[in-house]
Amino acid sequence: MTITLEPAIHGDRVSLLRVLGPAHVWALGVGIVLVGEFTGWNFAADKGGALAALIVCWIVGLLYTSVAMIDSEVTSTVAAAGGQYAQAKHIVGPLMAFNVALFLVFAYTMLEVSDAILLGDTIVAKAAVEGLNHNAFIAATIVVLAWLNYRGVLMTLNVNFVITAVAYVSIVILFFSVSPWTQGAVLKLNELVTPGNALPYGWIGVIAAFQFGIWYYLGIEGTTQAAEEVRSPARSLPYGTMAGMITLLIAAAMTWYVCASLMPWEYLGITYYPLWDAAKLTGSPLLENLLFIATLLAALASANGCINDAARAWFSLGRDRYLPSWFSAVHPRYRTPYRSILFLLPIALAFAFIADLNQAITFSILSGVLQYTFMSINIMMFRKKWPLGSIQRGYTHPFHPLPAIVLFCLCVVTFFAIFLGFGSQLIAMVAFYFLISLWFHFYRYKFVRRGDQFTMPWPKPQGY
Amino acid sequence: MSRYTPPKQSKAGQIFDIAVVVVAIFVALWLPLKMGLAGAAKSIDALDATTWEALGQNPTMASIWEKLGYTPETAHDIIQNRFHYVIDWPTLIIMAAVLIGYFVFLFRASDREYRDVINEKFDDK
Repeated sequence: MTITLEPAIHGDRVSLLRVLGPAHVWALGVGIVLVGEFTGWNFAADKGGALAALIVCWIVGLLYTSVAMIDSEVTSTVAAAGGQYAQAKHIVGPLMAFNVALFLVFAYTMLEVSDAILLGDTIVAKAAVEGLNHNAFIAATIVVLAWLNYRGVLMTLNVNFVITAVAYVSIVILFFSVSPWTQGAVLKLNELVTPGNALPYGWIGVIAAFQFGIWYYLGIEGTTQAAEEVRSPARSLPYGTMAGMITLLIAAAMTWYVCASLMPWEYLGITYYPLWDAAKLTGSPLLENLLFIATLLAALASANGCINDAARAWFSLGRDRYLPSWFSAVHPRYRTPYRSILFLLPIALAFAFIADLNQAITFSILSGVLQYTFMSINIMMFRKKWPLGSIQRGYTHPFHPLPAIVLFCLCVVTFFAIFLGFGSQLIAMVAFYFLISLWFHFYRYKFVRRGDQFTMPWPKPQGY
Repeated sequence: MSRYTPPKQSKAGQIFDIAVVVVAIFVALWLPLKMGLAGAAKSIDALDATTWEALGQNPTMASIWEKLGYTPETAHDIIQNRFHYVIDWPTLIIMAAVLIGYFVFLFRASDREYRDVINEKFDDK
């Protein structure tokens, strides 16, 4: 398909281009998340041991399956840029929408920061040159990817599709290269994860590990940000999201098995490059180089998708006047939210230089968990205000309200896990959201057009 | 219900609002880093004897540590750097109260705003 970029006619409202298919949705979701297999998930082993990292891989997988199910139903019905932001606006109200957009921007911008730090550190580690600093690599990554996003969404996500696929295939190659069906030859799980060290902190360690267990899958819900740019939202978004979740569950299980079978848990819990280290420990230079390149590609794909998603959430805030409408400009030639992309660029750069990797990851996780808590309540309100049959849904998720209840309970456990390590940060961030909410409710909301907030062709919600 | 017409915001007002948001973002994210509040509390449980056995490492683990370039001495601070999970109840209660208060405010204030939106949207028809 050929896309012609025509300048917008003066006076017309310029809209985002509908050019994406299910593969792009998959690439956006998995591209953002896959870096979690290359770094971050393993800090769960630090918090609770190798077995705790596996337990949270499965339980947090359940949390994200609930997220994907709920998200698929709501997004296939509320298909608008901003994803969960647009959902909150139509189902809960403007203040919630404002907060959800900030959750999204924080989660994705800090994830982008983590990706850039990982990329810089990986290159520095590979180069092994004394005095070489990661700052130049971090800055180049963030600036080049912002430029790519500035130039167009189709090109951005085509690049993401290719580099995500290569990174994913590298995990599969590593898995099959170490004869996973045989213990003792290369893999030594029985000798590395023993009854004595499997859960070094007991069950409290398993709960604490939830914090970084989130990193296995954080960002899969970003698929919904492309809602206004996919050709068939009702089909592409659920299909792309669910396919992405299945892909990630398989990758997470393979990653844990290989890494836990090659490294003592104490080392696994602190390394920034678990898969690259696993490849080194196989003794194969080919695998070592492959996983080095894959780590860089996964970080690039994730940062790329994060810039895409954060900018669209910020753009939506400007378009609805929740923030100054200056941010709502669409580039007349490239049809991208270019001012939002440029505005978030220095913020990402600043935090890439002042935060370290696990602090940036924690910032991102905190905003993510606040968002999932909202999603569990949001789906309940959605079903109550518009019961099944009252509006056309692209997809209806089964077993309601069980996924919402599971999601809510797992969010509570994760908040407790964050308290066990990063309680002060959690309180500081919630205090920020609370104060900025007061600013919005009592001041900024006066600039918002009331009736224009509801754009879906639905009947009046029940109870109003 | 009459249609609400928002006031037009001046350029200076828009710039001020952007500045408020940027400052708030930096304070929320940067302050915990600056004050040293970020990061989990870990401490090293030092051991006098530094052998792989004393560090709780079996021969397989020891061989991997050595492959990674560590000796028992250099691995000591990694292996013995442990979390000490203690539930600080007052902090936990404050955290729970802040979280619950935040969500309660969010849903109640959102609902008030949402009623304006719905009234204007559907009373127009």
